[in-house]
Amino acid sequence: MSEVPLLQVSGLSKSYGGRIGCAGVSFDLWPGEVLGVVGESGSGKTTLLNCLAGLLAPDAGRVVYDTRAGGPRDTLAMAEPERRMLMRTDWALVHQNPRDGLRMGVSAGANVGERLMAVGARHYGRIRGAALDWLERVEIAADRIDDRPSAFSSGMQQRLQIARNLVTGPRLVFMDEPTGGLDVSVQARLLDLIRGLVRELGLSAVIVTHDLAVVRLLAGRLLVMKEGYVIEAGLTDQVLDDPQHPYTQLLVSSVLQV
Amino acid sequence: MTVAYNFAYLDEQTKRMIRRALLKAVAVPGYQVPFASREMPMPFGWGTGGVQVTAACLVPADRLKVIDQGADDTTNAVSIRRFFEKTAGVATTEETQQATIIQTRHRIPEQPLTGDQILVYQVPIPEPLRFLEPRETETRKMHALEEYGLMHVKLYEDIARHGHIATTYAYPVKVEGRYVMDPSPIPKFDNPKLGGCAALQLFGAGREQRIYAIPPYTKAVSLDFEDHPFDPGTWDDDCALCGASDSYLDEVIIDDAGGRMYVCSDTAHCRGRRRAGHVGASGAPYEEEGA
Repeated sequence: MSEVPLLQVSGLSKSYGGRIGCAGVSFDLWPGEVLGVVGESGSGKTTLLNCLAGLLAPDAGRVVYDTRAGGPRDTLAMAEPERRMLMRTDWALVHQNPRDGLRMGVSAGANVGERLMAVGARHYGRIRGAALDWLERVEIAADRIDDRPSAFSSGMQQRLQIARNLVTGPRLVFMDEPTGGLDVSVQARLLDLIRGLVRELGLSAVIVTHDLAVVRLLAGRLLVMKEGYVIEAGLTDQVLDDPQHPYTQLLVSSVLQV
Repeated sequence: MTVAYNFAYLDEQTKRMIRRALLKAVAVPGYQVPFASREMPMPFGWGTGGVQVTAACLVPADRLKVIDQGADDTTNAVSIRRFFEKTAGVATTEETQQATIIQTRHRIPEQPLTGDQILVYQVPIPEPLRFLEPRETETRKMHALEEYGLMHVKLYEDIARHGHIATTYAYPVKVEGRYVMDPSPIPKFDNPKLGGCAALQLFGAGREQRIYAIPPYTKAVSLDFEDHPFDPGTWDDDCALCGASDSYLDEVIIDDAGGRMYVCSDTAHCRGRRRAGHVGASGAPYEEEGA
């Protein structure tokens, strides 16, 4: 394992007027590590993720990313072209709603190929080959490559979104409720797929979810958020099996047992 | 010419504003310069952008030619030509080589243009990325940061669906290796004439309030894939009137039984060839009009 964390976050705060989005969030993410962020609706999970991924400008704090070329750099201080380049090569963002992350008007193949073309791929045959390869890896039949995402089920759309994000070989993936709105069997397959990809590709990931089962399966470490603050952090099993903070205890005890 | 109008309809301050935008457009080839488009005595979509650019470029010594889809005698061309005859009193012509300013809708004349000519295009939608990215804030950012991958997504989609790049008009070009530009809805057949052209090419979009330009001898490369190169297209037929095999042809239905003929879309070019003695399959020997 390398000496430097892939992502170092310190004192990240974002408020919406007088309301706190998230406040004073700090953590390190090491290469190959999956970090879960849990909390109830409105606890600042998505705000945190958007600040990390560069979609929102935080009010305070630093997000230092260990870039391939230049070593650790503060992404908030980067020039916009550089940050956008990072966002479509080294980073990936999987939205909760696949419609936000996909281009619904063009075919599945074009969706997967878009990132490749954005970084300069200009050979149709090779782009299509990469698209076919990635569709297969996310278990979408090759003959669906020319169908539009609107013809896909929501589980397939979510898998397509993942393929589209991973095609450029990113090192860091941000996921916002990747299993939200899917039924349990589809959820299980998707989680299996994500877990396989994370292991196989050695990805680092920040997964935001309200579903404790998801973090139990995927995440090594866990942040619990409430009203914008991180109230508990630690190894996933430790936090879930021996919660210290009253809110975490409430959260863990609220899970329905079948 | 009646004295009720300033020369070429627009007031001098407006022309000055447009000329300033034109200078900027020439300085940054392919970049869309915003300008305060005026209401013209014709509806948006009828060439108000082109008319304003022409008005700002015209001087009394100019000789104006106006074409619409290559033809000098269609409604749009006739009305704009008459507009400037009336408001500027400039001479007009139908001959490409005699014109100093050519306002065009959707064609580039077949005859190579020269360094003392200006070609003014009427542009309906200047933003090549518009149908892929509806947000203006985002497309501006994409231009600024040179993020043109999306343009190729459109071409990819064409090949996936049709087996070849099916965009046949308004085919995007990259100007001088920097800005991707919509060449207005000219057929892709005309795209090779955009680059390295001796004449100054100006583009005016009235409704969208944008002006852009390709200065003389500027590179304009049609976008394509390495394994699907740009193809300007060809016809199996020659022009039925003048026999030209290298010009852009219009298909004309001539009866109710599916009969058709192909004729040059550039009427001045076709007439010039017939005057020079070329006769196509269905053409009669050339006679001067009114002779």
